[in-house]
Amino acid sequence: MELLVASAIGLLFAAGTYLLLRGRTFPVVIGLTLLAYGVNALIFAMGRLHTDRPPVLSLELESYADPLPQALVLTAIVIAFGMTAFVVVLILRSFLEVGSDHVDGSEPHDPATPHHYPDGSARPADRPEGVGIGGGRS
Amino acid sequence: MQLALIVLLPFIGAVLPALMIRAGRNACATTTFAVTLTALLILLSLAPRVFAGEVVQYRLEWLPSLGLDVNFFVDGYGLLFAGLILFIGLLIITYARYYLAKEDPMGRFMAYLLLFQGAMVGVVLSDNILLLLIFWELTSLTSFLLIGYWSHLPEGRQGARMALVVTGSGGLSLIGGMLILGQIAGSYDISVIITRAEVIQQSPYYIPALLLILGGCFTKSAQFPFHFWLPHAMAAPTPVSAYLHSATMVKAGIFLLGRLWPALAGTDAWFYIVTTTGLATMVIGAWIALFKDDLKGLLAHSTVSHLGLVTFLFGIGTPFAAMAGVFHIINHAAFKAALFMNAGIIDHEAGTRDIRQLGGLVHLMPISATMAFIAALSMAGIPPFGGFMSKEFMLEAAAHTAWFGLGFDPAVGLVATIGALFSVAYSLRYIGHVYLGPKRDDYPHAPHDPPFGMWAPPAVLVAMVVLIGLVPNPVVGPLLATSAAAVIGGELPYYSLSLWHGLTPALFMSIVAVIGGYLLLTRHTAAIVFRARFWRPEAKELFEAAVAASIGWARRGTWALQNGSLQRYLAALTGMALLGGFVTYLAAPGSLGSEPMLPVPALALVAWLMLAAACGAVVFRHRQRLFTLVLVGVIGVIVSLGFLYLSAPDLALTQISVEVVSVVLLLLALNFLPKTTPVESPLPRKARDAVLAVFAGIGVTTAVYAVLTRDFSSISEFHLANAYKGGGGTNVVNIILVDFRGLDTFGEIIVLGIAALCIVALLDTAMQGASGRRIANWQVDMKRSADRHPLLLVVGTRVMLAFALAVGAYIFLRGHNEPGGGFIAGLVVSIALIMQYMASGFAWAQRRAGLDYHAVIGWGVIVAGLTGVGSWLFDYPFLTSWFDYITLPIVGTFEVASAIAFDLGVFLCVVGSVMLALARLSRVGRIAEHLEVAEGAMDVDPRDVPNGAAAAIAAASPAAAK
Repeated sequence: MELLVASAIGLLFAAGTYLLLRGRTFPVVIGLTLLAYGVNALIFAMGRLHTDRPPVLSLELESYADPLPQALVLTAIVIAFGMTAFVVVLILRSFLEVGSDHVDGSEPHDPATPHHYPDGSARPADRPEGVGIGGGRS
Repeated sequence: MQLALIVLLPFIGAVLPALMIRAGRNACATTTFAVTLTALLILLSLAPRVFAGEVVQYRLEWLPSLGLDVNFFVDGYGLLFAGLILFIGLLIITYARYYLAKEDPMGRFMAYLLLFQGAMVGVVLSDNILLLLIFWELTSLTSFLLIGYWSHLPEGRQGARMALVVTGSGGLSLIGGMLILGQIAGSYDISVIITRAEVIQQSPYYIPALLLILGGCFTKSAQFPFHFWLPHAMAAPTPVSAYLHSATMVKAGIFLLGRLWPALAGTDAWFYIVTTTGLATMVIGAWIALFKDDLKGLLAHSTVSHLGLVTFLFGIGTPFAAMAGVFHIINHAAFKAALFMNAGIIDHEAGTRDIRQLGGLVHLMPISATMAFIAALSMAGIPPFGGFMSKEFMLEAAAHTAWFGLGFDPAVGLVATIGALFSVAYSLRYIGHVYLGPKRDDYPHAPHDPPFGMWAPPAVLVAMVVLIGLVPNPVVGPLLATSAAAVIGGELPYYSLSLWHGLTPALFMSIVAVIGGYLLLTRHTAAIVFRARFWRPEAKELFEAAVAASIGWARRGTWALQNGSLQRYLAALTGMALLGGFVTYLAAPGSLGSEPMLPVPALALVAWLMLAAACGAVVFRHRQRLFTLVLVGVIGVIVSLGFLYLSAPDLALTQISVEVVSVVLLLLALNFLPKTTPVESPLPRKARDAVLAVFAGIGVTTAVYAVLTRDFSSISEFHLANAYKGGGGTNVVNIILVDFRGLDTFGEIIVLGIAALCIVALLDTAMQGASGRRIANWQVDMKRSADRHPLLLVVGTRVMLAFALAVGAYIFLRGHNEPGGGFIAGLVVSIALIMQYMASGFAWAQRRAGLDYHAVIGWGVIVAGLTGVGSWLFDYPFLTSWFDYITLPIVGTFEVASAIAFDLGVFLCVVGSVMLALARLSRVGRIAEHLEVAEGAMDVDPRDVPNGAAAAIAAASPAAAK
């Protein structure tokens, strides 16, 4: 069971990480959601795995699952919802504002090598509008 | 205590001139003078004890665990330096009062000067080397302020920057060296270190320590090849140059060479590095000085040369040479400060420092001329002035020094003589080309002698130069003896302070130097032509090129990571996190535990497979966004089932209800976003991301597995034991949330509320500007159902509402003892409300709900907060919970706990936040689709249809019944 849980958390992290690195905002939000599942499960697992021993005091049970990680994760789930809600509204507003849902705030010039300058030089004229602080308005 | 006061006074006093400038320039200068004078007087009060051979100490523990203590000590050497710094400081303050123009902010100048002075005194009086390093860095910083004082001049800024870069990087090197030295010696106190020469010199770390320390000293004291910063620091006002380059800043490196001389000197490495550097600096500095047309440039290179001379003397390693070095420090401080002030006078009164525009000033400025003659002759090493004696000592030492153990080796003596020859030439040039010669009629200003206040300070120094030369023994004899003894740390060698030592080799070398120097000056023009034939490196250009190159590399490095693309940042961030994790893990193998594992039921395996399939599908089908959203829902359900199976019913309930609201929210947002993701990432990037993702998965799996198979003890025993006794409930998770960690929860509901308010802020302003225009022109890009508010949904949710609210209330009330509580109840009630909004439309439902969700959030926080504050009334800390059992007739005994009020706050906050976020999002949708607020609950009012069954349904509908 432990291996199953550990690998399930690993799967959530792997999928979440891959989506986090995508170029459009919506997959990134989905990636964050998956990562939130993974992180919550990870924190929960730190209290070790127990079956049929919920931390509700009763006369029948001798020992209980660790309640502390559960309490931490309970609020974490709600906060993760708050964060997802905020981020999703943020990407929506950014999309409405600049007309592109690319994570850099504008459509890449060349789809093959977006925003990549091989010689490493800064060419402000070429830089996609909306990159950096104060940008974001078309 | 007095010792610490000497160091602290200038720092504390630095505030005064900045304030006193309001009372005028005289008040400002007088205050500064008084501060320095007080420090000097305290120092002098200690002098008798030092002359009696005592080492005065002050010790205060600061951070003993780091070896950093406030330890000061003053012996002869420290007394000499501290005295020079404070005494010449007094003269500089007086001089600066007259030198600075009316528009120069004098308060700032004096404040900087005092700060610098304090840092310098700190360097020379520190016993603890870590403390010394702090003051050392402070001298670099404060000298930066002084050199760049005229910040409107680009030269000032560039010179200050260059000085800071060179001396600052030297300071870094010094820190490394000093730490190694302290480790070798087993103490960070200089007074201990200098007694452990044998241990230090036999340590394998001696050479690295020596090289690093010399790196610090040579940069500070402008030794070749780090000498280039000093001439550029001449952009500073002349009082600053006079102070920094005669007695203070650049002497700090020399000071440290002398201070650590007993510990470090005497080895071959020391001899070859220090002597060679010193000699090279002496000759090169003097040669360049000869060709500088700027008076201050000439003096700057002369300073470089004389610092090289002292370095050379310390490098030789014999007590006699060390004594000669100390003596030259005194002489150089006197004549060089006088000459710098003299150059400032010429600049001030004649309007230029360019030697080519000067000459014949002796007729117009007789007082300045007399002083310049004496000081320059001392610099040239011509009797009967002080400089002659120390130069004779230097030549004497050089004549008896051999390179590479060849016995009598004239090379050192020869090079030293050449250095002295150039020195004579530029010193005579200062006299000849500036003051002698015919009077000119094209000076920029009409030159005349300066006011008394400006020539008095150099006059004091010139008097010293004369007295040291004529009656050396009473004037400097005791001071030289104590300070040289402090450097050598043993018996003083035999020496005689007199002008005539007989027909020694040094005398002949001197004669050669003086005659050769004079002849060289008479052929100055030819020398210029000769020099012009060779290529010379331009230090400033090289420095600027080096700075530009390093900035270029830094920019390239930054651009490689920070190219403006979020994808790049996140990949770099993930990569680094993985690297850190894997390196740590691989460095400590065998971290897997051996606890027995739980059995795997078949259902768990199925759930795992479903999760894996869903994750895979999300990754491979992430371009179809709606489908992805469905899969996210599936994953959420599996996760909550997992919680349920693994004894976390509260988490399962929370997760499943959050799942519902998140999916609704994401759907609402997706309404406006593109429904598919374009194919654009090139294959290498996909491969890179896949590798990162796979390693992230492997890493997390391994880490979690390692933890799960290890032995475990938890602090939760406390919570389990006290939940019922102290919290009055049996659901420990809920007790932790509302009681043990109530403050945490309080913070978290506030964060949730803030997130909702931010969403409002983002969406309410979305109607303006570019965003507003896009919303106005937005076209529906998906098919819409003909049924906006389907009859079945409306009727179904109406019926469900009562049940859902009842379930919410039940979950809320039982939360203290059974799985449930404010968070879950809030989510359940939110879902019940959202269903109404979905069925009949946002505006319609909102009008009937009549709830202002802003206020609900606010009330939630207030209720939770007041519950916490309530415990103050009973003299308990914030959020202490209270409970009791009350018996009522009929109802029986039941529990009343204050925690339930807190949970009510949580409940309200959750409902308010969730509803506010969703409501605003759906409002934007309605505006974008230009939909009118629906009049009725349904698209078609069944009562309008002439049909008995429809009429019956209409009668049952609570909305229609109104």
